[in-house]
Amino acid sequence: MRGYAGKFLDIDLSTEKIDKITFEESVLRSSIGGRGLAAKILWDRLGDKWETVDPFAQENVLTVLTGPLTGFFPGARVCVSGKSPQSNGMVGSTVGGEFGVELKCAGYDGIIITGKASKPCYITVFEDQVSVKDASHIWGKDGKKTLKTLTEEGRRELKVSFPDYGELKEPQVLYIGPAGENQTRIAAVMEKWTHAAGYGGYGGVMGSKNLKAIAVKGLGPLPEVENINEVSELISKVDKKCFKAGSFRRWGTGAAGYNTGAKTSSEPVRNWQDEWHDERGFAVDKFEQRLWVKRYWADYGCPTSCLKIAMPKTGEFKGCITDNPDYELQAYLGPNLGIFKPEDTVYLCSLIDDLGFCGIQCGNSLAFAAELYQRGIVTKDDLSGVSLEWGNTKAFGELARKIANREGLGSMFAEGSYRAALKLGKTKGMDLTRYAVAEKGMAIGAHGIRSGRDYPSVMSYACNVQAGDHTSVPSSPTERENSEFDTIRDDSGVFCFFNTFSVDRDLIWDFFNAVTGWQNLRQEWYDTSALRIVQLQRAMLLLGGPDLKWKANADDDNPPRFYEPLPTGPYKGKAVNREAFEEEKREYYEAMGWDTGGLPKPETLRKLGLDNVEAKLRQASIL
Amino acid sequence: MPSRKRIWIARDFLKCSGCRKCEIACSLHHEKRIWPEASRIRVFMLVPGAEVPHLCVQCEDYPCVKSCPTGALSTSQKTGAVLVDDEKCTGCGVCIEACPGRIPHLHPTRKTVLICDLCDGRPQCAKVCQQGNWDALETTTRSSWQVYKIHARKPEEITRDLVQNLYGEAGEELI
Repeated sequence: MRGYAGKFLDIDLSTEKIDKITFEESVLRSSIGGRGLAAKILWDRLGDKWETVDPFAQENVLTVLTGPLTGFFPGARVCVSGKSPQSNGMVGSTVGGEFGVELKCAGYDGIIITGKASKPCYITVFEDQVSVKDASHIWGKDGKKTLKTLTEEGRRELKVSFPDYGELKEPQVLYIGPAGENQTRIAAVMEKWTHAAGYGGYGGVMGSKNLKAIAVKGLGPLPEVENINEVSELISKVDKKCFKAGSFRRWGTGAAGYNTGAKTSSEPVRNWQDEWHDERGFAVDKFEQRLWVKRYWADYGCPTSCLKIAMPKTGEFKGCITDNPDYELQAYLGPNLGIFKPEDTVYLCSLIDDLGFCGIQCGNSLAFAAELYQRGIVTKDDLSGVSLEWGNTKAFGELARKIANREGLGSMFAEGSYRAALKLGKTKGMDLTRYAVAEKGMAIGAHGIRSGRDYPSVMSYACNVQAGDHTSVPSSPTERENSEFDTIRDDSGVFCFFNTFSVDRDLIWDFFNAVTGWQNLRQEWYDTSALRIVQLQRAMLLLGGPDLKWKANADDDNPPRFYEPLPTGPYKGKAVNREAFEEEKREYYEAMGWDTGGLPKPETLRKLGLDNVEAKLRQASIL
Repeated sequence: MPSRKRIWIARDFLKCSGCRKCEIACSLHHEKRIWPEASRIRVFMLVPGAEVPHLCVQCEDYPCVKSCPTGALSTSQKTGAVLVDDEKCTGCGVCIEACPGRIPHLHPTRKTVLICDLCDGRPQCAKVCQQGNWDALETTTRSSWQVYKIHARKPEEITRDLVQNLYGEAGEELI
């Protein structure tokens, strides 16, 4: 097999048993890697009891997977998955960096983690030396301290284990912060201070397994490919296109912090009470000119370098370091909290990174809390003295710490806005879900759908098997290519889909062929493989549980806020039109082979060889 | 005798994006594989943001060449690069200790030492860095009055300086 190291680590933390396993070529060919393979592994291991598995219980399975193109296609990523404590389904959550490359160089395509360690631990994979080590000295430490310690320790150990080589590069590390350790549902799996596998809530899953970090170091090459000369040429072709990505390269996604508010009117403002703002003081040039200390920052092999590094050099937030901030965090920890000062947003991004939160999920929870505060539903007393007025940056920082530590009411918001709305609503005797801007327990991306001017459609969140994910969204169901099947491919590949934007579709499939040598992969992908992944994810989402279950159709709906008219801006008065939404939803169901109620048709499942999915859905009385 | 037209790979660490395309280009050129630890240039990231492309500077007095007990190291008449004779190299590591920057390292499987050979005058690492307009690496002409040995420094030493430059006081806690 080409492009694959060929082995996966299967680690049971309860027994510290470490196995090396393989998958048949036919399995890898149809699920590729990353998200696709995670769907297969999770279904095989947990499918028959899915609805009873608590994502934070030791029976949950955490996967960290590369794909055949990781390290080859410019912009390497790694895909984290498991049963999600947010959607109760499975989410393919990717994060950029060198971890996946290092893992493949060590001889492994992925790591599957089960069980629960008896005390805080971390895993090291240094070539073929795999061990579970004590993490009591880093438990409770923030992101920067954790990474510093593990980098130093890793370097020291490598010098002992491989004394003859001279200086080896540092190991690459995935880790969690306090938010993950304390099993909030909104914690990310972190890398390189600011990089996060955010969607899904897998930081908390790592925490529930007492797993603080995974450090990896490989000495070998990336696996053999079918045709290295062709791979080399294809890399150059992708590079050439991406080097020309003018605005994106110069400003990253951060340029959207102003544009999305002012132009497309689809940016969350004060917990999505509005989606329009025209605060020029918050535009990307202010970040660039005042705060950036590095203009081009990139992950392995990336020609685009959409990342930048920001740090205020003066003032009260001096020395807070974060990237860009990228658009999602800029929006969620800026306008969505009523904050329009670049320095303040950089401070919050830096804090949220250090605590190990997903910036989207945490920003969404903070804003939900602030709207309850605005409406007098929670008070300063309830929040142990925090004045959660819009724009009160430090108060949001204080609440974020309380959430990470699950202190007081912070523990409620640690559940994410939707679950917090249910729980608080019960104690208050009110329906608070109308203020939770979430999809199936997960905060949505910072791209609103009311103005109709941004890229997601009115059913992009409602019908998404990844719940609130804005990166992989269902789009026009009549097209197979240029649809979510393409992002599923990239997340299974596993590489950064930002580097595919300007690249010919043919070239991406040529890339797959040059690496794997598999012919007709494109045809198979659109005919069966991609569809099978969607069906598996849909089945796991519908099985849900144990705390929340989603009803097909009824719960395939937008957050209530999107049916309220936009209050200001160029698209004032616009809201999601329910009929138009229902129409799009029906079309999507049909294209996916689901009935009008959103349930997978038995023939659809059988045609894809998913008879056991049909059987399970029947047994659970979903079909 | 060094010719006046010899090249030098100038490095501007603050401009390094950390994309590691230099490693990819180097290992593809020399090994026909993508192989980070077999690359003659390697990007260290001891602190995120302070990425250090680490490669030979061609010291004026070549301490590595002088130190080699088996005569495996020599210098190229054409480029001034250090050349490794794999037949003679025993992987003893004496040159690593002799280098003020601990820049040479062993090939992970061949176990012979790896040192930048300037791609015989057309460095692939600088080429890709220039194509991407990062300018962290640039093929320049070596000047006869400049002392290049000062650039042979350990990854930790360079990182410490970069962190101070990038992050100021905040950097003190990061390294």
